Amino acid sequence: MDDALYREEILEHYKRPHNFGPMEAPDRESFDTNPLCGDELRVMLKVDDNDVVEAVRFEGHGCAISQASASMISDEVTGIKLDDLARLDRSAVLDLLGIDISATRMKCALLSLKVLKSAAIGTLADWEPDTAEAVRPAGGTQL
Amino acid sequence: MTTASQTALALDFPILGQEGLVYLDSAATSQKPRVVLEALDDFLGHHNANVHRGVYPLAIDADDRFSFAREQIAAFVGAEPAATIITKNATEAINLVRYSWGPGHVGAGDAIVLTEAEHHSNIVPWQQLCQQVGAELRWLEVDQEGLISLDQLDEFLADGRTKLVAVTHCSNVLGTINPVEEIVARARAAGAASLIDGSQAVPQMPVDFGAIGADFYVWTGHKAYGPTGIGLLHGRRELLEQMPPFLTGGSMIKQVSVDETSFNELPFKFEAGTPPIAETVALGAAVEFISELGIERVRAHEEAITAYALSALRQIPGLTIQGPPLAQQRGALVSFTLDCAHPHDVAEILGRDQVCVRAGHHCTQPLMKKLGVSATTRASFAVHNSTDDVDELVTSLGRVIEIFSGR
Repeated sequence: MDDALYREEILEHYKRPHNFGPMEAPDRESFDTNPLCGDELRVMLKVDDNDVVEAVRFEGHGCAISQASASMISDEVTGIKLDDLARLDRSAVLDLLGIDISATRMKCALLSLKVLKSAAIGTLADWEPDTAEAVRPAGGTQL
Repeated sequence: MTTASQTALALDFPILGQEGLVYLDSAATSQKPRVVLEALDDFLGHHNANVHRGVYPLAIDADDRFSFAREQIAAFVGAEPAATIITKNATEAINLVRYSWGPGHVGAGDAIVLTEAEHHSNIVPWQQLCQQVGAELRWLEVDQEGLISLDQLDEFLADGRTKLVAVTHCSNVLGTINPVEEIVARARAAGAASLIDGSQAVPQMPVDFGAIGADFYVWTGHKAYGPTGIGLLHGRRELLEQMPPFLTGGSMIKQVSVDETSFNELPFKFEAGTPPIAETVALGAAVEFISELGIERVRAHEEAITAYALSALRQIPGLTIQGPPLAQQRGALVSFTLDCAHPHDVAEILGRDQVCVRAGHHCTQPLMKKLGVSATTRASFAVHNSTDDVDELVTSLGRVIEIFSGR
């Protein structure tokens, strides 16, 4: 099936997400929702004495894009320092997904990164604007 | 039943001329028939002037058209023009009641009854009012089939603390058509006022405000083949006359001095500022469009499509339909979930086939919680739809299932 948004790797992460499930006594955690879809995501981190992320677990539910992005980014941030995690920008997730994300689905794609960064900095992460830049509509008026 | 293209052609919705477009989102907003577009264009192009103030012929013409449209709109739902208040949307109409009627009638220890299936627009204003005055919300539960219980309503009315029953005429998620006449009668007998949200109902089934007997009935223009920017509040006249203004400013006054203001008569007392004039005229054309088709015929057409959709969707493995089992219990919409895919993924893939459906919580988060889902996918039908559109939906859903449960 030729469908770029739902390429095999994304579906694979959606159906069998990595690092999914509860964590006992996490050192850091954060929770947020995407009101558009009703997606909910909780991220829990184990952090060592040097502020390196030892383990990531996430729980929640959502669409394929939000769940796959959480699964993919959770692999990436395991073993990095909290400071580095807090500095990640949206490209970290978008590069992993490797597909074009429409403006309306951007919140789905970025929820996991937002929650991860929030866990890292201990407060809700400042976030880039949710809405894409307004673009002049194509074409003229016609009736 | 005619095919989609024949239906669209006969009814002349310009947007449906787009090749392949299968519009199944009329519960969110309706598409507009050419007669409505022409009414907007004609008014703004040939008759435009502000209302209420002008003495020159063009302004008098604009006034006449505005008044006539209000009469058309009121007559369409069996209401009086003077008790038909033009607002920005249904939400503003509900807020008008909340702010104007609410504080004088709902106090500490009182209660407001809602159903679990209300749209946020008929929850949040009442929740805010209750918080402000120390009243409580009482929730009529929806059962497995999406129906409320009149026995539970009676329980909520029994202690005399309920001052308002605010319910939807037709649920925007379950489709359930509530027995509003019965609800209103029981509320009245118990000394409670009633407000009915007719946003879904008005475009698709006969609505007679007088026969329903509610104190307030609200709806919105853009779901009824009219433009955005116009909503309606129909109220019981004596009640509206007693109520203080909501928004204040121009148009709603009789006399203004530096010390005080006296207010205009109904309906203008509740219409501060320049109203949506062109939109009112266009909504007049929209209700005329429905009337010419015949609301009974509209209902029969849409009920048949809904029955067809219920039956077709039930054949799909892993698909769960929310709401009442029978089309006659429903408005023209079907909300469902698929085991294998999230509603947003469903809607995205359907969208690639130009099948336009809505996915999400549909502004009904308490209902989503009750149903135990985070979101649903909703297909809704209008006069221009046919069973062909349902077939397109089913075909496209097959593609979703292929993608998500493949291998």
